[in-house]
Amino acid sequence: MTPFEPERYELLGGPAYDFDLDRRDFFKLLGGGIIVLSMISDALGQESGVAGRGGATSRTPREIGAWLHIGEDGKTTVYTGKVEIGQNIRTSLTQVVCEELRLPMESVQLVMGDTDLTPYDAGTFGSRTTPDMAPRLRSAAAAARELLIGLAAKTWNVDRTELIADQGHITQHGAKRSIGYSELTKGQKLMQAIETPPTTSAEWWQVCGKSAPKVNGRAIVTGKHKYASDSKLPGMVFGKVLRAPTFGAKLESVDVRGAEALPGVTVTRDGDFVGVTAPSEQVAERALAAIRAQWKSSPQPSGRELYTLLKAGAKEPDLPQSDVQIAATYTVAYIAHVPLEPRAAVAQWVDGKLTVWTGTQRPFGVRTELAQAFHIPEAQVRVIMPDMGSGYGGKHTGEAAIEAARLSAGARKPVKLVWTREEEFTWAYVRPAGVIDVASGVRKDGTITSWEFHNYNSGGSGIQTLYDIPQRKIEFHRSQSPLKQGSYRALAATANHFARESCMDELAHAVKMDPLEFRLKNLKHDRLRAVLSAAAENFGWGKRKPEAGCGFGIAGGTEKGGYVATCAEVAVDGSTGAIKVVRILTAFECGAILNPDGLKNQIEGSMMMGLGGAMFEAVEFENGKILNPRLSKYRVPRFSDTPVIETVLVNRKDLPSAGAGESTMIALAPAIGNAIFQATGKRLRSLPMAPNGLKTT
Amino acid sequence: MIELHINGSRVRVETDPERTLLSVLRDDLDLTGSKYGCGEGQCGACTVMLDGVAVRSCTTPLRAAAGKQITTIEGLETNGRLHPLQESFLEVESMQCGYCTPGMIVSGAALLRKNGNPTRAEILHAMEGNICRCGTYPLIVLAVEMAARRAKEGRK
Repeated sequence: MTPFEPERYELLGGPAYDFDLDRRDFFKLLGGGIIVLSMISDALGQESGVAGRGGATSRTPREIGAWLHIGEDGKTTVYTGKVEIGQNIRTSLTQVVCEELRLPMESVQLVMGDTDLTPYDAGTFGSRTTPDMAPRLRSAAAAARELLIGLAAKTWNVDRTELIADQGHITQHGAKRSIGYSELTKGQKLMQAIETPPTTSAEWWQVCGKSAPKVNGRAIVTGKHKYASDSKLPGMVFGKVLRAPTFGAKLESVDVRGAEALPGVTVTRDGDFVGVTAPSEQVAERALAAIRAQWKSSPQPSGRELYTLLKAGAKEPDLPQSDVQIAATYTVAYIAHVPLEPRAAVAQWVDGKLTVWTGTQRPFGVRTELAQAFHIPEAQVRVIMPDMGSGYGGKHTGEAAIEAARLSAGARKPVKLVWTREEEFTWAYVRPAGVIDVASGVRKDGTITSWEFHNYNSGGSGIQTLYDIPQRKIEFHRSQSPLKQGSYRALAATANHFARESCMDELAHAVKMDPLEFRLKNLKHDRLRAVLSAAAENFGWGKRKPEAGCGFGIAGGTEKGGYVATCAEVAVDGSTGAIKVVRILTAFECGAILNPDGLKNQIEGSMMMGLGGAMFEAVEFENGKILNPRLSKYRVPRFSDTPVIETVLVNRKDLPSAGAGESTMIALAPAIGNAIFQATGKRLRSLPMAPNGLKTT
Repeated sequence: MIELHINGSRVRVETDPERTLLSVLRDDLDLTGSKYGCGEGQCGACTVMLDGVAVRSCTTPLRAAAGKQITTIEGLETNGRLHPLQESFLEVESMQCGYCTPGMIVSGAALLRKNGNPTRAEILHAMEGNICRCGTYPLIVLAVEMAARRAKEGRK
């Protein structure tokens, strides 16, 4: 049994100790030019240290959030610990820097997620890049621009107010003269540390707020873009790890002679860890197959008892005193992230220093894991995160990195380890399953009077309701999870919105009110009202009745500073029970929009991904084994599942930008479920709702 | 020794002919544009063309590719000019993390090769074996349609 890891990323901070290092060490390699350090304010710095794990040292000073360098070669390089995982921040952060530095997109390069080169960052998750890193880089770029203007003013001996920065030059219009940024420093290295200088208001954005082409798009479409699993080193060999037949099994005995007899094979054993390396993946597979191992398994839980286990010892909520009462139980299954690139790492030891190239959302966290696993200081570990074949919250941990590093130490060669799809399904972690009990009372006029909501195991994200309900009791209860579980895009907000917004629909039908009207009657919150109304209006809610066998549903909510409402249309085949999601419309508001096309893509993509968990994805398991650890057995959304997807962007230029990679998907499942109810009269209270269509009886 | 015809060049490799084409492309020939996603021909990330037909290189043994024209994502660009589908993928921005993109483009290019004017249903059918976890399917369909339309206009 694995202990529950609630919303694990929110618990992770940086290392507890941070020994003083002359930050100038970092910049020895950089030539002349301007360096701007974006400092984390004291309050923030202390907060991020609180949850840290002890005993670790960090090479990068913790108080720096990001830095940028304008070189005399005309290149501007930005260093951030955030990583690109498909959410398009390499482009949107470049936009932010170009905005303030008045530079064309192609002249700015981002170095991301390299623990030796970039400042410490807890990780790329929780939709924090846009609200945290974007303003930080914006400030740094603005400070650099002001520094450049100051240098030009000094060079020409004029007042700085006469100068403007544009297209990589400082220009004095009156005197018709202009000088390039790279010519201003003349061999000096100028460093400035800033906190938050004034930056351009969204109303005046030139570069941001518009769509920009993906900065590395050409490399991607030509197959040249390098992901972690594409890394290669001279003399590199391929690794494979011996896996237990079931969770919790202990290695009793192992005979590796057959493997060692194969040419070029090295076997590494360290406690229960057994792995091989070979000159090719094929030989590594053969070597693994030649190992004779005896395992001792112990009984493990199975999927059919999952919800009983998660709710063990819980008591049912009492029905409230009200005109109309509803009590219902909702469940959500374990689902897998299935990033198309599985976990992969290339590890190399040189003179006691370990370097690992790996796909992870937490390069600094993986560095800590490596340092702890090998009992070495973090300064002796470098983690480099090439852009990766995505994560969706599923790659916070460094399993493959540690395994590759262990094999590399054994083989005394660089080692590449790419998990198979089956390993990724079995030995990574899953989105928590959960049981949610709701009991609510409502007056005949549609006023909700009480709300009791208990989430078992799946998590607390998005658990609070924005509806105005005088009497409420909302609780998250931890359980023992049979499977190893962790973060997933939008976390428990998907489960909690599924239960809440399905139940809101049940209440609306119970008092015979239109579901939208019922929500608005019980809701004062402006931003949620605005997206609900925008979605309904653009969908044509209430304007037409669905055809026979079809249904419309609506749901809304908020998470991570974003407000979302989704309308769905489904068609149910009366004879086969097959359900087709025909049309989805999502209205979304996350403050001022940085890149509208990028945002639209995130929304569309999250609808496609959310469709899987809503309709058919579930990890099945029995007595310590995953039963469907392959793409031929675990169904993910494909081309033919694509509904018509429409997006409505509500742009609030007066509000700070929030992230959008996660919250967009939370209203999808309940909107679909509510549409299925309208079409069939059947209320589906379990995710996935219809892995095999509706039962036709 | 096996002789391969890859992207217009001849290459000799000395290796076990039972190895997968994907591993030889990636590990021996450094053509890493073709990706591993599932190892059972279910996700399409490893798609290459053999004599113009899309195949899954993760389930294709090397010997089955000998003597055939192998086209990988790296071979679609000719003399610095992108394939029309690569162009339209860029223009529509039919990608997020981009890991599935090479396989998507090769599958789409193979479709356009045999059917220059596919209907939407034909596109969905031809691409059904390719998975995008970031969910860019609608934009990929648009890109294939755009490339087909441009090719048609170009022929006129």
